[in-house]
Order: sequence, then C-alpha cells, then structure tokens
Amino acid sequence: MVRKTIRNIPQERAFMPVQDPEARAANFDEVALGFDEAAALLESERCLMCPEPACIAGCPVSIDIPGFIEKLLKNDYRGAYDRLTDSTLLPAVCGRVCPQEEQCEGVCAVAVSGGLEPVAIGRLERWLGDKAIAEGWHKSRHIEPARFRVGVVGSGPASMACAADLAKAGCEVTVFEALHAPGGVLRYGIPEFRLPNSVVDAEIGQLETLGVEIKCNTLVGRLFTVEQMLSEMGYDAVFIGAGAGTPKFMDIPGENLNGVLSANELLTRCNLMHAGDFPNYDTPLGLGKRIAVIGAGNTAMDAMRVSLRLGAEEVHCVYRRTELECPARAEELHHAQEEGIAFHWLTSPVELLGDAEGNVRALRCQRMELGEPDESGRRRPVPVEGSEFDFEADTVVYAIGTSPNPILGQTSKIRLNKWGYIETDETLATSLAGVYAGGDIVTGAATVILAMGAGRKAAESIRQYLGIRDSASVYEPERTGFEGTLFGIDLAERNFTHIRLM
Amino acid sequence: MSTRGNGGGVAGTITQPREAGPPDIVSSDFPIVTRTDFSDTTFLLEILHPAMAKAAKPGQFVIVMVNEHGERIPLTIADFDRQRGTITLVIQAVGKSSREMQAECRVGGTLFGMVGPMGIPSHVSDAKKVICVGGGLGVAPIFPQARAFKENGAYVIGVVGFRSANLIFWEHKFRSVCDEFIICTDDGSAGLKGLVTQGIEGAIAEHGDIDEVVAIGPPIMMRACAEATRPHKIKTMVSLNPIMVDGTGMCGGCRVRVGGRIKFACVDGPDFDGHAVDFDDLMQRLKRYRPQEQQSLEQWDENCRRLQMAPADAAGHGSK
Repeated sequence: MVRKTIRNIPQERAFMPVQDPEARAANFDEVALGFDEAAALLESERCLMCPEPACIAGCPVSIDIPGFIEKLLKNDYRGAYDRLTDSTLLPAVCGRVCPQEEQCEGVCAVAVSGGLEPVAIGRLERWLGDKAIAEGWHKSRHIEPARFRVGVVGSGPASMACAADLAKAGCEVTVFEALHAPGGVLRYGIPEFRLPNSVVDAEIGQLETLGVEIKCNTLVGRLFTVEQMLSEMGYDAVFIGAGAGTPKFMDIPGENLNGVLSANELLTRCNLMHAGDFPNYDTPLGLGKRIAVIGAGNTAMDAMRVSLRLGAEEVHCVYRRTELECPARAEELHHAQEEGIAFHWLTSPVELLGDAEGNVRALRCQRMELGEPDESGRRRPVPVEGSEFDFEADTVVYAIGTSPNPILGQTSKIRLNKWGYIETDETLATSLAGVYAGGDIVTGAATVILAMGAGRKAAESIRQYLGIRDSASVYEPERTGFEGTLFGIDLAERNFTHIRLM
Repeated sequence: MSTRGNGGGVAGTITQPREAGPPDIVSSDFPIVTRTDFSDTTFLLEILHPAMAKAAKPGQFVIVMVNEHGERIPLTIADFDRQRGTITLVIQAVGKSSREMQAECRVGGTLFGMVGPMGIPSHVSDAKKVICVGGGLGVAPIFPQARAFKENGAYVIGVVGFRSANLIFWEHKFRSVCDEFIICTDDGSAGLKGLVTQGIEGAIAEHGDIDEVVAIGPPIMMRACAEATRPHKIKTMVSLNPIMVDGTGMCGGCRVRVGGRIKFACVDGPDFDGHAVDFDDLMQRLKRYRPQEQQSLEQWDENCRRLQMAPADAAGHGSK
C-alpha cells in the first residue's frame, strides 16, 4: 500500500447532502442527511493513518479512530462498528452532536499540518452508527452474572454509558428516570432535526438488550433517597447522572412577564411533549411571532431553530460577546445563519418591558464592547455607556446556561461543592461510600460525549469498588495479533469481565 | 415529530393510538382502584402506588399524564394510605385534561404516567393552635395538613369553603381531625354564608392566640387569606399552583415571585410565606395559555359530540 501523504489523499471532504435551508426551516426532518456508502469510503481515504494519532487523544472517550477507519476502508463495516463501539456506546448520537471541531477533528493532522479540512470523523462515526441501527447490529455477549445490583439515577448520556458498561460487567442495572420517557437531554433537549427520536429509541433499545431495566416516572430524591437505594432497596452501588438541568435567569426586571421562558421549557414542550402538534397533543406552546433568544450556545441554537420551524416570523439571537466567543457548535451556528436567524453580537438585555396585559413586548438592551480577558480566558464584555435601545419581541427565551438541580442536595447527605454541583474525587466517587456521579451534575453543562466519558469512568470505578476484575489488559487483541477471537472470547468483549474475583 | 397544524378535527383524535416511545420502555402501571364522584365536576381517584404512598408527605404533589398524547398536569396529593399502598387525588374537571380524566379514568383502568411525590413537604410546625383553610380545589389537600397538625398535638381549626351545600365532601374526615370545623358556603345553603376569610376572621376574633394559618385554594382566595392575617401578624403559609411542565426544577415554567426573588414552585415550594408572595404575578402568569386552553377544550367537546353521534362500535372512549 502506498503510504498516504497529504498530497495523495482526496483534498476535499466527501460530499454530505443537507436539506435546503428554505425547505428545512419549515420542517422537523433532519438537516444533515449523512454520508452514503461511497462518500464514507471516499472520506475514509482522507485519513493519513498517523502512527501517533492526535485524534484519539482529542476524543473524550479515546475512540481508536484510525483503527475503525482502517476497517471501514477494507469494507469490514461490522468490524469497524465493533472497534468504534469498544469506546462509544452512542455512535449515531455522538457522530451527530459532538462539537468535533474542538475534539477529534480539531487536532486532525490533515487540518493541523496539512492545511485541509480535517477528516470528517463525526460523519463517519454517524454513518457506522446509522448502519448498525439499520442492520440491527449489536455485539454478541457472554455476560457472566456478577450478582451485584447497581441503581442509576437519570437516563441521559452519562447514565446510559455507565449502565451499559456495568451491565456488560454482569451487574443487574436499574435506571430511574423522572420523566415519562428515557434519554435525558437526547429526548427533551436536542430537537428532532438534529437528532431524530428514532435514533434515541434505537440506542436505548441497545441498553435493554443488555438487560438494563429502565423505570420511568421515578423521581429519585423524592420517591426514595439515594441513601435508601443503598440501604433498604439493596443496591450495591449507585451512579448519579441526573444532569444540571435547572435554567438560569438574569434577575433583571420583567423576567416574569408572560412570553418569557427558558430554552429548557421551550424545548421540553416541543421535543418531549410535542407542543408543535397542539391541539392533537395537549401541551400548548404559545409561541409569538418575533422571538428573541438570549445566549448563543447549542441550547440557544436549538431554541431558535425550533421557533423558526414552529412558525415564528423573525428569530433573533442576542449575545453579549462576539461570534468568535460563541460557544455553539460551528455547524449549528452556520445552519442557524443559513436559515435566516438574525444575530446581534455584543448586545445584552438589561430589562424586559411588558404591555398592559403582562405580556412581554420588548427588550431594553445595552451595547457591549470587549474588555480585558476574564478568568475563563475570554475577553470580558463591558457595557457601553448610554448605548441603550429597545428591541421588540413578543417571546423572550433564556438560554444562558444551567445551574445544578437542587433535589438530590435537598434530600441526601451527598457533599456538594460551592456552586451546588456534586463533589467527587478523581475516580468520580462522591462523599457517600458506593455512590458515584458524573456528567453535568458534577461538571455543569457540557457535551454528550463528555457525559458519556464520565459515565464510563464511573462504571470502571464502580467495578473496582465492587471487586469486579477489569480484563482490559488480559484481552488486549493488538498484542496477540489474533483476529476475531482470543482464547475463544469474542474481541468485542474486551474491557469487560469474564472472571469474577471475590 | 409528526405533521402539525390543522388540528384535524377528526373524531379519531381521542381513540387512535399515538406514536410515542416504545411501550415497553414507558411504564404505565398506575392502576386506579377507587373512584368517587362528589359532584358534577369534582371526583376522587385512588391510585395504587405503594412506593409513593410510603414516601408521600402532606403538601406534596404529583404530575399526571392521562394518556400518551396528554399534557403533564400537577395535582396535589389529597391523601395517602400507607397500608393500602395508595394515594388519593381529588380533581375538579375544569379544562380539557381534567375533563378527559373525568370521562376516561375508571376503576380497573390505569394512568399513563404519574410521578412524585414532588415538592418540599409542608413544614408541620409545632404551633399550638392553627387554622387550616381550604377552598375550591384546596379543600382536599388541606386535609392531610390538618391531620398532620393534629397528630403533632395542635389545636386544629378547619375552615373550608364550597359554593353550596350539595358540593360538600369529606366532612366526617375533617371532623375527625379538627377540634373546630367551619364550613362556609357562597349561597349560605350550609354553615356560614360567605367566604372562608369570614371564617378565619371569626376564628381569630374568638381565639386570639392563633400561631399559624395554612391556606390552600385558588390564588385569589389565598391572597384574601394572607390579607386577612397580615394585620394580626399571624404566620400564613400558602400552597402555590403555577403552570408546570416537568415538576423537577428543569424548566422554570412554574417560577413565582416571593419576597422579590424568583423561586421555582416545584422544587423550592410549593409552600411559601403568604405575606411574601406576589399573587398578582402568579395570577397574571396563570392566564398565559387561556386561548390555547379554550381551543383544546372546544376541540375535545367537538370530538366527544361526534363520537356520541357515531355508531356504537366506534364510541370506544371512556371504556378503557
């Protein structure tokens, strides 16, 4: 095989079709349509197969990226999927929603030293994930029951990752979800046009084939406490992946006016409760014609694009910094701009103004300019004196971040940090023996893949806590060179226990 | 998401199965074991849920979904029976969802979803003498509060308001936990003629050593109660009922103004100091979805009429 260099690979990224901006702004179908087989193979050709791949280190769960691409190039799609899912449990989800430009693709040598667009790792991952769903692939397993019971609080990405790893390690896992449908932010937050519910259902179906039991309508902390799970309910360990969830407001006048809501509320009403289909579904939304969304993260992008699809005439984004500091995923910002959302950078509301009926009618905003860098390293926005102006809007949506949900703090003795998030050590153990936590409830709002990484790390800590041996070093396939099986054990099984030490 | 818009107006909206999460994932095991109709609009459901019966405390609420296309509606836990493993909800059929519950929820049936107990339990203080006030929807949920105070050794004065005598329920239950029990009716057909505030003022005048008042009911009633006790500087707790979606502190739809600060009623409440609550703000926010509520109700009524006119075999609803 000719060694690949930056010169002999395809210079352009393979084509991925997207829905036309004008058409898609009026429907909830997926915007990015994904690669087809030819495009996936073509894009795979662009990987240089670096001997020391930076992309693996750039991935929060260290997917063997050149490894799966290599199998893909050999048309061994099943093998590629197995290699991929050694590290990630939700390829169809993460391929769609990870901010790859800050992770794997951001450090890809094709871009960093070659000056081309990076290999579209996320799109390849997504293609394999979708293929697995279409073909009904899941790994064959020989799970040795470990006779431990683990309770998992929440059913978002952190919990799903943790539950899957523990189920593979032989534990009897029960996931408790407060809402009536599982998936956490994948279900209520990320809208259909970015992440179809059918994909979420398929990934949750994978969990169930592992024997994980999911109990919806169960609010841990109120129906029973974390302490009760360990004592009277007989769980040997508990993982808390309850998410951050509680939306922040700015505490400026007028926030309680009608028509002012959090992005969480808007997205929950729309994605979980199908308010866009009112009155066939009973939950109303009451969206106005001129929407202003405060904030410019992924949640803000989702809220704006959902509003557009629900028939808003104008959607505006109000953000106090500039486009450069905008925390949203680049692709989403680009899609939002294409769809006709107006962006108002360096603008911050100081007051919301209402009409006689108590409905919001305008935002009083202030222009900002960038000052010195703050502790986060970003330049701090400073108000410009006398720059106030009014901006009409009949719906104002807050997407300025979240704070930790207070319920578990109110009802258990778990130690919280000064911001109210659960305090853990580096193994993700909390102050209660046998209780581990990960995801947004520990770090504050982050990404799906970081939450999954935390869930997997906590699962490893829980296995150690329970005394389940980690077989990763024993069954490392690369060391032996055997393909397919090792000592009669399916390679897909590596990392997971077959031997119980008690 | 399926196609939206054009409300359909097809009779099938009620009976046709909806797309939703796979049914094996979504738990739907909340059997209705008792139903009692108190009046044309008020009815009681007792629902089997042993874990919730064990965990529930006075002042807490549940969120119910009647069916998979339903909305999530908060209902205060009116009573719980740890032995039977049940909780009791008292529902007033006022809008689409509650009327749908009235039509569809029968003994032997189940609710699609019920989650709770939610909210911070009421703080049952060691007050020596309390007035427990219930009006309208609040008559049922004031009962476990009154019982808790009684069990705590307090002298309990119950004051409940109804529109007229034929709507009265649970009188014997209240009498069993109250040292004094005052019924007020709007039309004077039973007990005191007038509003619950008259009952409160009478009790304050008679006793003079009331430590605390707890009031549950429509916001306008709770505000009147708070105003009645303010000059006497009697601590007054109210249970707020803003619009909710998830009930877990995730959306802030239920935010209320208390002492000038924003609070989320579902996780910071629902009980707050009545003298600090901004009731105007609460009532304003409760009007938020009036037009949609009306639209939803009208469409449902229309569908019911069509179903009644349809041949008998098509009239499936209400029989599940």
